[in-house]
Amino acid sequence: MSVLIRGGRLVDPANSIDGVHDLLLEDGKVSKLGATLAAPQDAAVIEAAGKLVCPGLIDIHVHLREPGYEYKETVATGTRAAAAGGFTAVCCMANTHPVNDNRSITDYILAKAKSEGLVRVYPIGAVTRGLEGKELAELAELAEAGCVAFSDDGKCVMNAELYRRAMEYTLPFGMPVISHAEDHTLSRGGCMHEGVVSTELGLRGIPAAAEDVMVARDVLLAELTGAHVHIAHLSTAGAVRLVRDAKARGVRVTAEVTPHHLLLTDEAVRGWNPNTKMAPPLRTKRDTEALIEALADGTIDCVATDHAPHAVAEKEGEFDHAANGIVGLETAVTLLYDRLVRPGVLPLATLVARLSRDPARLLNLPGGSLAVGAPADVTVLDPDAAVTVDPARFASKSRNTPFGGWTATGRPWKTIVGGKVVWEA
Amino acid sequence: MGWTRKDLLTIRELEAAEILTLVDTAASLQEIASREIKKVPALRGKTIVNLFYENSTRTRTSFEIAGKWLSADVINFSAGGSSSAKGESFVDTARNIGAMSPDVVVVRHSSSGAAALLARELSCSVVNAGDGAHEHPTQALLDLLTIREKKGHFDGLSAAIVGDISHSRVARSNIHGMRKLGMTVTVAGPPTLIPPYAQELGCKVSYRLEDAIRDVDVIMMLRLQQERMHAGLIPSLREYSRYWGLSLDKLRAHARPDVLIMHPGPVNRGVELSPEVADGPYSVILDQVAKGVAVRMGVLLLLAGTKNAESAGSQGGGR
Repeated sequence: MSVLIRGGRLVDPANSIDGVHDLLLEDGKVSKLGATLAAPQDAAVIEAAGKLVCPGLIDIHVHLREPGYEYKETVATGTRAAAAGGFTAVCCMANTHPVNDNRSITDYILAKAKSEGLVRVYPIGAVTRGLEGKELAELAELAEAGCVAFSDDGKCVMNAELYRRAMEYTLPFGMPVISHAEDHTLSRGGCMHEGVVSTELGLRGIPAAAEDVMVARDVLLAELTGAHVHIAHLSTAGAVRLVRDAKARGVRVTAEVTPHHLLLTDEAVRGWNPNTKMAPPLRTKRDTEALIEALADGTIDCVATDHAPHAVAEKEGEFDHAANGIVGLETAVTLLYDRLVRPGVLPLATLVARLSRDPARLLNLPGGSLAVGAPADVTVLDPDAAVTVDPARFASKSRNTPFGGWTATGRPWKTIVGGKVVWEA
Repeated sequence: MGWTRKDLLTIRELEAAEILTLVDTAASLQEIASREIKKVPALRGKTIVNLFYENSTRTRTSFEIAGKWLSADVINFSAGGSSSAKGESFVDTARNIGAMSPDVVVVRHSSSGAAALLARELSCSVVNAGDGAHEHPTQALLDLLTIREKKGHFDGLSAAIVGDISHSRVARSNIHGMRKLGMTVTVAGPPTLIPPYAQELGCKVSYRLEDAIRDVDVIMMLRLQQERMHAGLIPSLREYSRYWGLSLDKLRAHARPDVLIMHPGPVNRGVELSPEVADGPYSVILDQVAKGVAVRMGVLLLLAGTKNAESAGSQGGGR
């Protein structure tokens, strides 16, 4: 079975390619690219003139909720949402129930992914048993079982000594520890960014320093241990400064940013919509400007959605009682393309790199490149399609997005995993 | 100016003219309290539900009396003993109450934004009787009515609001209301009880009681919740009362002789107010409570009784 993608604009930052080329996929690999390729017999031909042909997009931060919270999302529905959003691979966080802190859960997720998954699934193992921050999970066995990184995401490992040991223990595996940087003593009880808006609304705020303090700690621990620390959902201008400075000094720290922290500010909370509540919270305009600049210059290495599905009942009531997090897989590319690339804020090649090449490199994942021999994971975007975000039509089981009703131009058109079209518009 | 809103949720969203409409309507209804038969037919056949998720004696009673004097059917729903104890969500409770076709729902809730949430869910009018640390509009209205009665006007007056500003919905509603009517406002308290960016609300900030109360026309003391101590915001009640409690000595030494002392209640005697100040000649605390009923009558009338508002107003002595 082979697929020929003909006449599209190939955007492959890993190989510095940006131009009209044909792309041939055979036996699950990229087999050829060239100006005009003849279609082998029995090849499916995709006429992609006017489309953007990119390496399959990779989201290294999603919550698939299985096992335990299947009412929010499953491997089946979460990977369909990923495919519909143009993602060919996702890394799923460990805060399932039971927690992915032992091999049997990792095996279960991978088995589900194999039987029901539409895109590639790479589990992330817990750092500490039960995400309790008290003792290390069986990290070596998690690595052997197929976990690609370690994180207590959703919670911060507050015990610095334990976190240091986790960094040291995992050094031989060549996998990063991913930090949910939030000092819980500073953020306690908070439900939005601490600033002018929280003061007006009378909602308890979470200061930017709750994040910055932990990013500073984790940079120092990375320096101490030589470990690779990856900062999840970085959201403040202060954390950008800390990471930029650490990188300049050669510390092995990397970072991701979510689409919502790039595109929304705490002003969005004024309507009391619980879909504007997440951890870390939406920050200020000054922060979003710093984040966009950092994404452009590489201080922030990649975009990740922190896709966090929740049922309606968890996101419709009182703001301070609502669950944290929003779904992101099905809106990420569309909104970033429309709001950042189209106005010229971010070059197209940079956005594609931050969604494919760079996350693949961070976690040593296959893909992120359209070089001959690479996995035949391809995302084709239609840059001219008009979109209105309609949560009712999400493939995800959940609809908790603040972007409902947003209009944009540009969307995923075909999602190809291992040479097979798994989703098309 | 007429009244066109479905709900009363915040002072922040109101125009000065709307605030004055509310204050004037309340003023015209005050004399009902001194009638032998305290009843006007303005809201006959209307149903008002008091939905209180937080303990409140003063506010709930005040709304209940206001509704009854206007001849409405008033139902009190205290969440402690009913569905919330059975695990029903706020939104579900709201929808159920909405299905019973009330005309007005008065809501008190510990979550900021709860009144707005209810207003979105219900087609009837919603009155915010206090939502978290956000707003308490009827309290601000009764404070404003009290100030105007005592001072005759608003423009150019100054007020100091003292104490736990961070957690105070009364402070927020009053800051907006006073500023919109031309008053200047200083908030004062230890920095741990002043919210970040308080200046952005349009007020001055002071960290010294003696400075804050100097030359102001109104001093509004806020209740200090004892749990603030356990949250590490203040070291002790003793220390708080020493530096932030208003005693007669401090009052005489630093404040104007014609200053008004206000407090939204309930007063922690000996903490934020010494008894001789609370009960003394400067205090208008009980005037505030009395005006609370008139203010709530006015609000209910404007929201639920637009057709009858004029006749009730003229019955009430009107303007």
